[in-house]
Amino acid sequence: MNQQKSYSNFDATMAIAKASFRSIIRSPSAVVFSLAFPLIFILVFGFIGGGGGFKVDVGVMNGTDTTSDIYRAIEKSGGANLIVTQTDAEMLSDLQKGRTDVMIKIQKNTNTIPAYKIDVKYTEASAEKGKLFRSLVLMPILAAFNKPKDFVAPAPYASLSEATVTGRVYKTIDFILPGQLGFSLLSSGVFGTAFVFLSLRVSLVIKRFFATPVKRYSIILGEMIARIVFSLIGALIIIAIGHFAFGFTLIHGFITVLNMMVLSVIGLIVFMGFGFVVSGVAKNESSVPPIANIITLPQFLLSGTFFSITAFPKWLQPISNALPLTYLNKAMRSVAFEGSTLWDVRTEVLILFIWMVIVYAVAIKTFKWE
Amino acid sequence: MAKQPIITVNNLVKKYGDFTAVNDISFEVFEGEIFGLLGPNGAGKTTTLEIIETLRDKTSGNITVDGFSIDTDAASIKQRIGVQLQAAGYYPNLNLTELIELFSGLYGVKVSAMDMLEKVSLTDKAKAKYKELSGGQKQRFSIATTLINNPRIVFLDEPTTGLDPQARRNLWDLIREIRDNGTTVVITTHYMDEAEILCDRVAFVDGGNVIGINTPDNFIDELVASGFEREKEVKKANLEDVFITKTGKHLREA
Repeated sequence: MNQQKSYSNFDATMAIAKASFRSIIRSPSAVVFSLAFPLIFILVFGFIGGGGGFKVDVGVMNGTDTTSDIYRAIEKSGGANLIVTQTDAEMLSDLQKGRTDVMIKIQKNTNTIPAYKIDVKYTEASAEKGKLFRSLVLMPILAAFNKPKDFVAPAPYASLSEATVTGRVYKTIDFILPGQLGFSLLSSGVFGTAFVFLSLRVSLVIKRFFATPVKRYSIILGEMIARIVFSLIGALIIIAIGHFAFGFTLIHGFITVLNMMVLSVIGLIVFMGFGFVVSGVAKNESSVPPIANIITLPQFLLSGTFFSITAFPKWLQPISNALPLTYLNKAMRSVAFEGSTLWDVRTEVLILFIWMVIVYAVAIKTFKWE
Repeated sequence: MAKQPIITVNNLVKKYGDFTAVNDISFEVFEGEIFGLLGPNGAGKTTTLEIIETLRDKTSGNITVDGFSIDTDAASIKQRIGVQLQAAGYYPNLNLTELIELFSGLYGVKVSAMDMLEKVSLTDKAKAKYKELSGGQKQRFSIATTLINNPRIVFLDEPTTGLDPQARRNLWDLIREIRDNGTTVVITTHYMDEAEILCDRVAFVDGGNVIGINTPDNFIDELVASGFEREKEVKKANLEDVFITKTGKHLREA
């Protein structure tokens, strides 16, 4: 006979969440897009970025006396990457392209004074590095050598006391990781949600669900819970690898991670809304990627995932400043690096909420159950 | 056995725009019987079933299922029926055990997945995915999902379409077993031999109308009494009997 126990919508929702979660972790594309891709980008940029210090590429011209004290001092300074394998012509060509920053020739003087003759060529193609080399490597070394042997420093007119405050170094990873996290949430939210609901609809899984007492909101909610849990686990893995392997800055440690999780959930809900829209607009599975790409690609490129949006031309910036991922990225970076609280990033969060309202209004209009 | 109607359909009409899919259908299904809904493609069988199953809205008419009206008590009806859809899929990437768990959550009942699979002889496929099953196994699994909530009525929409004779016989046994355990079965099929052997009563549907309800025996007797004769004299066996005798009754499944 029939069960007299009252029906629990919560249990039904959880049953769907559990089934959906199992399905997601067994789906290769979900794992690749939410974890593998962002991690590959983080690895690549993590290694390229390298972090602190500077290195200038210095072409050593033929005929340089590499046994001289001056050459050795430059070598020892660690600020110059000395290139000795090229001909002068090759070096000059690289210098013009900015591939080499400075060219130098150190020769013993045939006349006795001064003992050495140094020729240096800078390039407009890499002016900044040239200046760095001059002021931080070359001039201090020459000053040391040019100082007379028995020189006694005069009493100083003013004493100078300098100190450097220990500051946070804004590393490449601090920029790249939040962007990749945003990208992971975006692709999981849009592609994942769109594919799942389209395939459940087309393969009549949802219709079979409707023949059970389950409520519609349980199906939606269960799917959303599963995706949020999956994406948060992915986010934690990304943050952990970034932090421990590449020194990603988490100002307030665990609290920062928690704040990032809250932002992730808000972003994900917006992105899943796009996914609902796509699943309603798409006719079949093969029309999901093109439609989903229309939504994800512009955000991927224009929302400051790889480059700061201030680097974009002026006419492009209003577009960047309209996209939800831009604000998720901004808020993430601010929370992670500057230690902002969620209240400090309320403007960004508010804009995400506005997006949420717009996207779900469209989703309600376009979503199809069968 | 007192014949108690468990489903009553009165003057059911379903229109899609100008097209009338179901045109004033009335019939009753009795408790504990296997009731067949027969008719050509497009006759309105599936539409009628889906309206009774509360999956589709009707245009007009009254339907009562186990004492509940589909208008006011769809939720109660869903808890008392089991539905097997034509060509329905199952949640991707899950194995049979996990799918049974999912459905027991959806129905809000606690069942052992193994017990359910045992009922349809699929315990050895407990860890297999639905799409890895053979046609007969898929249908048996679908039937298992309809039994999870221990329903009063199960609806089977063309469960034997595309199955080989062995798998078909195997499914007939399963359907009879379900009826013998006290569950009413409503089935649609295109195979008249199947309806003749399996169904206690059948309704013929064509062009959205019911054109006759009776037991298969009575229908045949009526036709014979009207003077109908087959063109070819009937032999004591047919080719399917030959097939089964030659190839045996055991199931062929990967």
